[in-house]
Amino acid sequence: MNDPAVSGTSTGTGLTSAGRGLPDEPNVPEAGAKVPESPQPPAGNTTGTATFTQRGDKIFKAMAVGSGGFIVFLIGAIGLFLLIQALPPLLSNQVNFLTSREFQVSDPADLRFGILDLLLVTIEVSLFALVLAMPTALGIALFLTQYAPPRFARPLAYIVDLLAAVPSIVYGLWGLLVLAPAIAPLAVWLQSNLGFIFVFAEGTAKAEFGSTLFTAGIVLAVMILPIITAITREVFSQTPRTLIEGALALGATRLEVIRYAVFPFGKSGYISASMLGLGRALGETIALTIIVAAVAANFAGSLFSGGASFASKIALAANEFSNPTLTGAYIAAGLMLFVLTFAVNALARTIIARSGAQA
Amino acid sequence: MAKRLDLKDVDIYYGKFHAVAGVTLSVPPRSITAFIGPSGCGKSTVLRTLNRMHEVIPGATVDGQVLLDGEDIYATSVDPVSVRRTIGMVFQRPNPFPTMSIRDNVVAGLKLMGVSDKKKLDELAERSLRGANLWNEVKDRLDKPGGGISGGQQQRLCIARAIAVQPDVLLMDEPCSALDPISTLAIEDLMSELKKEYTIVIVTHNMQQAARVSDQTGFFNLRATGEPGKLVEIDDTEKMFSKPSEKATEDYISGRFG
Repeated sequence: MNDPAVSGTSTGTGLTSAGRGLPDEPNVPEAGAKVPESPQPPAGNTTGTATFTQRGDKIFKAMAVGSGGFIVFLIGAIGLFLLIQALPPLLSNQVNFLTSREFQVSDPADLRFGILDLLLVTIEVSLFALVLAMPTALGIALFLTQYAPPRFARPLAYIVDLLAAVPSIVYGLWGLLVLAPAIAPLAVWLQSNLGFIFVFAEGTAKAEFGSTLFTAGIVLAVMILPIITAITREVFSQTPRTLIEGALALGATRLEVIRYAVFPFGKSGYISASMLGLGRALGETIALTIIVAAVAANFAGSLFSGGASFASKIALAANEFSNPTLTGAYIAAGLMLFVLTFAVNALARTIIARSGAQA
Repeated sequence: MAKRLDLKDVDIYYGKFHAVAGVTLSVPPRSITAFIGPSGCGKSTVLRTLNRMHEVIPGATVDGQVLLDGEDIYATSVDPVSVRRTIGMVFQRPNPFPTMSIRDNVVAGLKLMGVSDKKKLDELAERSLRGANLWNEVKDRLDKPGGGISGGQQQRLCIARAIAVQPDVLLMDEPCSALDPISTLAIEDLMSELKKEYTIVIVTHNMQQAARVSDQTGFFNLRATGEPGKLVEIDDTEKMFSKPSEKATEDYISGRFG
């Protein structure tokens, strides 16, 4: 008895829906007609546009893949070039390439070259520049995005960007002729009062003459400031309005808004910007070549030293590239710089990826 | 704790643009007041003047008096930061600090007020999360980032964050508009509980929501774009939705709004 009742109700609903369907009936065949119709006339259209889009798509894809592949090829080719050129002198090297501080390549029969000094100088002067530039860039970026009224912020940001447009040779000359004498008293003071810290100890160049890594590091800091500032400012200015208002609504002061909302949001961008700056500092050539005195003594860790970084060492020897073996020794040094910069970039990527996962 | 709010002849401007004109109303303590009205009529703007959030927009100004238990929060001696510490706010989109842990999100306001005792913070975090009906869902992952929970949970986290400092008034700017119906229901239930302790003002586009949760409803409208928004009328919710005194209100509520 239950079943018929149920089926009765179901037929009932069936009937009502059929009844409801009646006035809709003109629509139903129409819709039904539409179904077979729709593949036909639009089909011609669709295939037309489809082939067009597909061709455009294919061309664009080929261009994109080509550009992407080309950059990989380029990097590979540069690495290969460096490796091929560097191998013969590396094989006839009389000392350990990685741990020796010597760089004697005048006699092709008795090559003695190692990169330890170059590596240490490059890293120390770049890190020193980074230590100076990072907080300054942070301060400028925060000022431009959080404190400065908009009509001042734009021209100020432009001025900071202009710092990047100054040629590095100008920075070198400025560092040697203007900055070095100006900071000599500070250098002497640091050496006499903080000399117990190894970076300020007596080095291989006189602090008061200024042809030191100390001067070069400050110049490098100015040079990498714009790139760090520009990226950091960009990231900070993209802090979502809702986050800032959330902090404000909790009764945060301006500084606290930065601590709670702006800085956590932009932190990974700030770090990657700094790494980009570091990469630039590592490879900077001409300013260092001009400023830092060439010395024979080994580098002992003090900023008040002369010496040469990878890049400035190669630049200084460029006019002696007479035979392939000698040149190859410098290219081997260049290869190390390539590897170092690569490692710094990889590190930056890792940091970004990790903090990105957190956010 | 819960305090009353009185607005007297409040005029609100964005630069030279007169956004809202002549609002006078009272919000009694331990009740829910809803603001309804079409988009652009200034209801959110009025809400944001109640905790001095309006003025964080460059050029935005307020005329008139906003009295919190008789004290003008726009008096020259009053620091807007301290106003925002006693009048909490929940926004349209959930905005927990995404990298901060759930616990730190809840106690962020307390830390801003200088509470640093860890035990007390943990205690208050639990109480606020329970108050926001979120404790059972997150108690095992308090150290996980606040951005990692669902939208509805994030919004309740924001409510927990707002009530952790035990504000005198709680402002809610369309708190459910980005949420699904189930999360909406959870938050409406929560509001009815919160009004036992807090004075609540809510802006909503959802008239059913206003009818469901609020004790009194204010209807805002503007005559034409470019003209300032006005408070048409404010009355008991029941009366507003059955027989409002103004025809404009009735038109809006019954959907005959033009």
